[in-house]
Amino acid sequence: MRTWITPGGVHPPENKHQSVTMPIGTLPLPEKLLIPLSQHIGTPAVPCVEVGKKVLKGQKIAEASGPLSVPIHAPTSGTISAIEHRPIAHSSGMLAPCIEITSDGRDKWKKHEGFKDVENATPAALVKAIGDAGIAGMGGAGFPSAVKLSPGYQRPIHTLIINATECEPYITADDSAIRERAAEIIEGIGILSHILGNPSNIMIGIEDNKPEAIAALEPHVEDTGISVVSFPTKYPSGGEKQLIYILTGKEIPSGDLPADIGMVCVNIGTTYAVKRAIVDGEPLISRVTTMTGDACGINRNYETLIGTPVSHMLANSEFNEETCSRLVMGGPMMGFSLTSSDVPIVKTTNCILAPSYDEIPDDEPAQPCIRCGMCAEACPVSLLPQQLFWYSQADDHERLEAHNLFDCIECGACSYVCPSNIPLVQHYRHSKGEIQKARAEKVRSDHARERFEFHQQRIEQAEKNKEAKRTARREAAEKAKAKAAASPEKSASTAGGGAADIIAAAQARAAAKKVSPEQQQAKFERSIAGAEMRLQMAEEKLADAGEGHSDEQKNILTAAVEGARQKLEQAKGRLAEHIKQHNGEQVD
Amino acid sequence: MIDAIAQQPILAALIALVGLGILFGALLGFAAEKFKVEGDPIVEQIDELLPQTQCGQCGFPGCKPYAESIASGDAINKCPPGGQATINAIANLLDVPAPELDAEHGEEADVRTVAYIREDECIGCTKCIQACPVDAILGAAKLMHTVIADECTGCDLCVEPCPVDCIDMLPVEETIKEWHWPAPPTTADLIASDRRPAA
Repeated sequence: MRTWITPGGVHPPENKHQSVTMPIGTLPLPEKLLIPLSQHIGTPAVPCVEVGKKVLKGQKIAEASGPLSVPIHAPTSGTISAIEHRPIAHSSGMLAPCIEITSDGRDKWKKHEGFKDVENATPAALVKAIGDAGIAGMGGAGFPSAVKLSPGYQRPIHTLIINATECEPYITADDSAIRERAAEIIEGIGILSHILGNPSNIMIGIEDNKPEAIAALEPHVEDTGISVVSFPTKYPSGGEKQLIYILTGKEIPSGDLPADIGMVCVNIGTTYAVKRAIVDGEPLISRVTTMTGDACGINRNYETLIGTPVSHMLANSEFNEETCSRLVMGGPMMGFSLTSSDVPIVKTTNCILAPSYDEIPDDEPAQPCIRCGMCAEACPVSLLPQQLFWYSQADDHERLEAHNLFDCIECGACSYVCPSNIPLVQHYRHSKGEIQKARAEKVRSDHARERFEFHQQRIEQAEKNKEAKRTARREAAEKAKAKAAASPEKSASTAGGGAADIIAAAQARAAAKKVSPEQQQAKFERSIAGAEMRLQMAEEKLADAGEGHSDEQKNILTAAVEGARQKLEQAKGRLAEHIKQHNGEQVD
Repeated sequence: MIDAIAQQPILAALIALVGLGILFGALLGFAAEKFKVEGDPIVEQIDELLPQTQCGQCGFPGCKPYAESIASGDAINKCPPGGQATINAIANLLDVPAPELDAEHGEEADVRTVAYIREDECIGCTKCIQACPVDAILGAAKLMHTVIADECTGCDLCVEPCPVDCIDMLPVEETIKEWHWPAPPTTADLIASDRRPAA
């Protein structure tokens, strides 16, 4: 079958032979297992057990939280001894929430049962079972498989690609799994094919440096429509986009998924996990992990329980700490150094590498870039690593994005060939992080701006409402005064406002001396009515202000009510006095 | 008339040019009215670059007013929350040299902080609620208040009005999700063996 050749690429020493001399082994049961809640891309799982609870092997201990999440199961039987933050295998060396299980040594399974009739099961039921089994892509990224297998009706899948490339040096987890479990893997591929509606084209992509694995697969694929495609070994052929190009000659547009061009690419380790989940009903609680490197006496693959501490693995592999230059999780090209050997194996851990100083010496100090251009030749994505390097150093985010930094797969080929030992990939990772941080900050600041503008608008509106109330009140007062002016008592005030009130009162007093007693009495009665109205208004205002105002404002309003009441009393007093006087005059 | 003008080439040229001038002038005038840009676009662009903490450390009541001030010629180095990155971005936008941050307005913080109300001590005076520029504090008179941490910009404006000093500015801890790779070390140690820990 025809294959295509990707640009760039390198040929580092393979060092795969050391770990395939022995079949896949098992480790003694560790005393304690530490299971991180986030072993996949997406939201972390949520614990559904409490400390002290006894669990059986395969029992669910954490639920998926949202569509892009997978549940987690107990890798062995025992007691939940802690749910807390612990160091996990992450380049930051930071802590993350984990569940610790103290093994009871019995390794007792919960009752489990697979699908009896896989052929007639609906794809939706199978996808749900895969999701419930906690399967996330085992090639390294940890993308929830159930999500990958439900691409939607708009995107019919015509090609299913099984990734058995395993292009990184040292790692042989997939290789050995194929050699020993080819039949089960093919069964798993059959299930995937059924889920995806039997795509017309099913290919297993494998590098030609694994002849034993190819030979193991071939008898099982006869009459199944599955083709095993081997192609020349080159790093990095195992990237999803690279493998799809090698097998089909089609490039996936930047930012798109394989499903956008009708393809799904699944790691071969995942197909085995799918088979175990569907046919045997076993959730993903263990995986094949390569233990290799010169600092270890035993180099081989182990069927490792998820949550096994790396230190446990090392202790059973004749590990010599003194000769070990560093501990790497993953391969030498894309893996990351571990800060502690207490961290656990997770669903995506395909290799623990404990190299000697001869194998992987300390990083040489970086020297200035000499513009040789070897990085550009090695880049499998045809980027311009040199330009990216300059822009990364200058923190020029705009240009980095214009030069498609985010298409970089961080394979490390450019760093590998750099004669000046510049850690190019680390520069790119740093810049990617900075850009993502800047994007997050932009989102946050836009949100803050929106809220600030709303806040301003709210305050303006409140101010406007207050102003409108004030004018309405003033107009009402003016109207009342105009009415009063139109009545026979011409001398009553005609202007509004506090000062006018005083003037009006003075005028009224002057007029009172002249006017007849009847008129005087009517005037006092009017002023009582006015005072009553004011008192009522002040009380209403106080009642309105009951909520949402500070104490200070309330005090002011209470004082106003009190004042109005006093004025009313005064007016009443004056009237009473006037009547008394007047009556006295009449008697006289 | 036309004949008379045709006889006078200079006059004809003059009339033609003046005519064209009037025509294009009218066209431009119309376009200026028709496609008028509301507001000052440069203010919007500067406002986009400012961090929107609304903290007022620049001396303006919010980021937008400072953006307006920059557009009319104010210094661009008065924003401590934005720091050097913001200064550089604005300098880039306005095509002016980027100055250092003006220390008079404050220092650039290393970590983001958010306000935190010690709820036991809160007396419910609503003063912080009135001070918050982004309505991130929840509460009512004589009832306990609390800060919605996700909405808090860390502007500090609520700290000062609090009569019982129950508001702290706490640094936001980096989560494993927010972590990203640090920049590779600069090549200070040129000899590799010097960096290996002494055996």
